[in-house]
Amino acid sequence: MRLVLVGTSYQKAPVELRELLAYDRALRREALERLSADGSESAVLSTCNRTEAYLAAPDEGEAEERIYAELAALSGLSESELAPALYTLTDQAAALHLFRVAAGLDSMVPGEAQILGQVREAYGGAREAATAGPILHRLFRQALRVGKRVRTETAIGENPASVSSAAAELAERVFDDLAGKRILLIGAGKTADLTAANLISRGVGEIVVANRSPERAQALARRFNGRAVGLDRLEEELGNADVVVASTSSQGYVVSAAQAARALRKRRGRPVFFIDIAVPRDLDPAINELEGCYLYDIDDLDRVVAESVAGRREEAVRAESIVSLEADDFRAWQLSLDVVPAIASLRARAEAIRRAELERAAGRLGSLSPSQRRAVESLTAQIVAKLLHQPTVRMKEAAAAADGVLYADAVRHLFALGDDADSPGKPRK
Amino acid sequence: MGELAVILFWPALAGYSEAAVAYLGDTFRPGRLVRWATWGVRLGWLAQTALLLAQAAHADGFPWGTWAGSLNLFVWMCVGVYLVWGCRAPFRLLGLAVMPLAALLLALAWAAGGAGEPARSEFGDVFLAFHVGLVLAGFAGFTVAAGLALLYLWQERRLKRRSPRVLRLRAPSLETLDGLTGRTIAVALPALTLGIGVGLGRLEVDGGGFDATMAVTLLTWVVYAAFLVLRYEAGWRGRRTAYLALAGFALVVLVRLALTPFGHF
Repeated sequence: MRLVLVGTSYQKAPVELRELLAYDRALRREALERLSADGSESAVLSTCNRTEAYLAAPDEGEAEERIYAELAALSGLSESELAPALYTLTDQAAALHLFRVAAGLDSMVPGEAQILGQVREAYGGAREAATAGPILHRLFRQALRVGKRVRTETAIGENPASVSSAAAELAERVFDDLAGKRILLIGAGKTADLTAANLISRGVGEIVVANRSPERAQALARRFNGRAVGLDRLEEELGNADVVVASTSSQGYVVSAAQAARALRKRRGRPVFFIDIAVPRDLDPAINELEGCYLYDIDDLDRVVAESVAGRREEAVRAESIVSLEADDFRAWQLSLDVVPAIASLRARAEAIRRAELERAAGRLGSLSPSQRRAVESLTAQIVAKLLHQPTVRMKEAAAAADGVLYADAVRHLFALGDDADSPGKPRK
Repeated sequence: MGELAVILFWPALAGYSEAAVAYLGDTFRPGRLVRWATWGVRLGWLAQTALLLAQAAHADGFPWGTWAGSLNLFVWMCVGVYLVWGCRAPFRLLGLAVMPLAALLLALAWAAGGAGEPARSEFGDVFLAFHVGLVLAGFAGFTVAAGLALLYLWQERRLKRRSPRVLRLRAPSLETLDGLTGRTIAVALPALTLGIGVGLGRLEVDGGGFDATMAVTLLTWVVYAAFLVLRYEAGWRGRRTAYLALAGFALVVLVRLALTPFGHF
């Protein structure tokens, strides 16, 4: 049984092509049913950055062709048009790839967290469609475990990767918990919107929007369930705000250091975190000199993000070694599938012989007491187990060294064993 | 007792020293060494607990009445207070301040004979147990509060300087550090107050002189009482209260290391 992956990602395909290759739930279910029509195992991972189809099938070439045909039908493009944007990986390389994906190592921003949920969702889709068998169950479960392990054992996902999340995390270094804190948005631009959304996701209590245009202030305030005020009430609101986000298009400072100092007096020493994402800047840089005031402008935030992404890349080196070990582990398991049916058949044959011989001797053993009979049962079972122990170990070792098929064939031939159709390595009926 | 003290003292010192080194290493490569540091603190503290129990079992009376003996008890209390937060991820940096100090003071207590055979004190056992125990508990709280204040000032400086690496190290928020410093002092000061009260009561009953150690201890009490009034009544926060906590700790150092070796306990 071979594991084949055919897919594309942001590294190979522009967004226009990725859009054509995106599956929604219904389309994915249909695709899985078609891919597994012959009993092969299949799963599809489809996110905004990648579409990948995993197929566990007896023939690698045929599996690749089926996925190509499926993706071509989905996109409406010919296979030759699609080919430059697709990659094909098999067995250990395919497993390694999925493990890297789950760990966030193949993401635009190393360590991003969303992908692990998307891998879980892809696995759930395959389980729902009943197209996951022993190989894909093992592959995806291990991928989810690897994703968690990498995030636990390295700091790859710990630092922010965007200006808005960096601003929110910095605010959390001043206030432990943003729950119940008051946010003052000065200006109603797009970046303020993103930063506010990030702060809200961390549970801030109240949002006040101060803007020159009351309509835009009202609109933004409605979105965040906050309230809008005019710029004339700015100083009053400053005294109540824990976090101030400024993003107007004003040419001069909207808040001076003197205004901030006056507002701070009302706060009885409670700190204020200022985020200035406007260019030109809205907040007087001298505000940072005031005790209890912390001011970050867009350049400061960009530097924090750059540093934290660099940190994630450093951690990615450690993560790669974890992923590589896990892929080796999967490879060893997959190879062992070559000999498992032969081992199972050999053991079944030995057990059948043992039972048959005991039955044949039943007449001669008739005078034995129940405990003597149990002793004979146990003795014969031990002889069989000890006799088969070494060949079993040797075959598993051979499987790990990629000679498993040869050994399995030799055992089948020597002991006249038939093929085992129910083994994990065989296509499901 | 001598052999048993050696058996228990060195693991305690090794645990604290290892934790100090591991915390230092963790600041350079966060996440790798912190587990070693935490286990160093735990095992060291357990070994020191066993040492104190052994001393108590062998002593004829209160075993930590001498300066060196009380230093031994003081280190154990400091690490015990630290352990309350030390295992929580954001507070691990506090170990960088507390554990080297603990290792150093424990070594000093050993060198001065406070971690071996307990000495017999000239004072009554009950008096000593209350007086020394309460004063040291107060001082241990102030020591950890000073660590928290130091951590506050370090974190505040990084935020003010807008260091690009400000998020690379996990550290508690300023608000948490400020609040914890205040709460630790609020718990430690009553202990010191009771300890001083017991001491003054003995002075009243038995008589005796008023020495420099007592004067500075009272001054320490005044500084921390002022801290609480300013923190909770006058609305002082942040850098100012952190400096005040450090000023109070300077007096604790003066009492413990400079004055007490020449006086009692």
